[in-house]
Amino acid sequence: MKKGTAHMKRLIGLCALAGALAFGGAALAQEKKDAPASVAPAASAPAAAPAPVPAAAPAPAPRLDSGDTAWMLTSTMLVILMTIPGLALFYGGLARSKNMLSVLMQVFVIFSLISILWAVYGFSLAFAGEGRFIGGFDKLFLAGTKPDTLSSALATIPEYVFIAFQGTFAAITTALIVGSFAERVKFSAVLVFAVIWFTLAYLPIAHMVWGGGLLAKDGALDFAGGTVVHINAGVAGLVGAYMVGKRVGYGREALTPHSLTLTMVGASLLWVGWFGFNAGSAGAANGVAGLAFINTILATAAAAVSWIAGEAIGRGKASMLGAASGAVAGLVAVTPAAGFVGPMGSIILGLVAGLACLWGVTGLKRMLKADDAFDVFGVHGVGGIVGALLTGVFAAPGLGGTQAAEFSIASQVFIQAKSVVLTMAWSAVVAFVAYKVADLAFGLRVPEEEEREGLDITAHGESAYS
Amino acid sequence: MKLVTAIIKPFKLDEVREALSAIGVQGITVTEVKGFGRQKGHTELYRGAEYVVDFLPKVKIEAAVKTELLDQVIEAIEKSANTGKIGDGKIFVFELEHVIRIRTGETGADAL
Repeated sequence: MKKGTAHMKRLIGLCALAGALAFGGAALAQEKKDAPASVAPAASAPAAAPAPVPAAAPAPAPRLDSGDTAWMLTSTMLVILMTIPGLALFYGGLARSKNMLSVLMQVFVIFSLISILWAVYGFSLAFAGEGRFIGGFDKLFLAGTKPDTLSSALATIPEYVFIAFQGTFAAITTALIVGSFAERVKFSAVLVFAVIWFTLAYLPIAHMVWGGGLLAKDGALDFAGGTVVHINAGVAGLVGAYMVGKRVGYGREALTPHSLTLTMVGASLLWVGWFGFNAGSAGAANGVAGLAFINTILATAAAAVSWIAGEAIGRGKASMLGAASGAVAGLVAVTPAAGFVGPMGSIILGLVAGLACLWGVTGLKRMLKADDAFDVFGVHGVGGIVGALLTGVFAAPGLGGTQAAEFSIASQVFIQAKSVVLTMAWSAVVAFVAYKVADLAFGLRVPEEEEREGLDITAHGESAYS
Repeated sequence: MKLVTAIIKPFKLDEVREALSAIGVQGITVTEVKGFGRQKGHTELYRGAEYVVDFLPKVKIEAAVKTELLDQVIEAIEKSANTGKIGDGKIFVFELEHVIRIRTGETGADAL
């Protein structure tokens, strides 16, 4: 009982803290709502301007560019492909066959749920207004957007396309987390957690990095979402692995992946979809998109190779799961770097990320003692951190990056580190609160008997394979 | 009558079936099984997790035969399932009390 009360107190305190932060930011945004909305292009930091932004001089009125619009529509579909079925299959193959559908369901339903919330209030809180921590309520229910409205962030594409594109990012980020607590979590708890975490962690961090908030002003470079998406989700996953607890039989019974074939299919769909994620984050069909595209090939390939090389040297065999995991590690690491570093820089970045994440799912995982079932933190957390820090290195013009000549590696890496620490702390606190609320509402875990029987039958009443 | 049960390596099934047909065995029953013997299992590694797989997949065949055919059956299985490596399997022979063919009601050796 005592323990419960202490938990409750901590929970209420944290709720209050998170609430105060969120609404303080919102209030700040409200005060400034008269100021012209000059939202930075998605993923473009002050130092780089990938999108064709009108010059300061009496510029011609922005006009829709059909090439840009076509590319952004395509990119949006590619990010959807990454999530369903890409991520769902990548994770699903790692589960035991009795839990296959539960994993697919969690990804599929989170994608659907967050897409709705994004249109209702997510877009507004992330991209409307200029608060330090959170946007405003001006565009609640997508107010004021018409088919011919051009995006305030990317002037050559329709606002609806920008909203849809960003919505897919919110959905995949939240869906990434399910890999950590899979195979024992209660479905209802997943949904409660997803809503709270999306609202109080994803939206503020997205606003801070892309919506003109704190981290954007600080000069952090995050091209396509290394901090917003991967560190954010990785940390929430790790907290979840601790709070939901280990799977029954963890460390004693064999919890082997039921289909590495599907995991390979999923990883490959992730790779293809990631071109929409990274090259789409250029916000236009231009040279920066081309750079992000080739970097997304090279870093990924490099990480797949370095992961299996590490495996082969360390343990004698190179595995398919290692190649697929390495590819995802490379994709994660190149995400913040894609439009800022040169192709050779991204190869080195990928090589480092592959080895770092291999350590993330082995040595680091043993140290953390958490049952992060599909290594959300080991791959997305570690890969995200490596990517964020190395972006500060390889963005330097001397190393093939796109930044100006006076770029300082040391100060940029420091700025990158600050954004990493802030994101980790914020995400961890919000995740803790969100899991606690879900626990109080429904309980986080299914009973042991149901876990043994498998979530497909007990939670969803169907089997993946007959 | 005897019931011969043999545990063999899965990829040897076709050779064993051919050898038994050749000496006039009319039918066998085949089951995919797992087990362990002197052949050690293997380890599987999934990222950081290492699992020892103790039970290896084998095929179990069962053949009901006339007593006078027994020696030939044993020899046929021994020869066709042999690779000379550990894990080739074993043959068990049981006394078979009674046999009935369901369709005709024949019994005993006639039903084999």
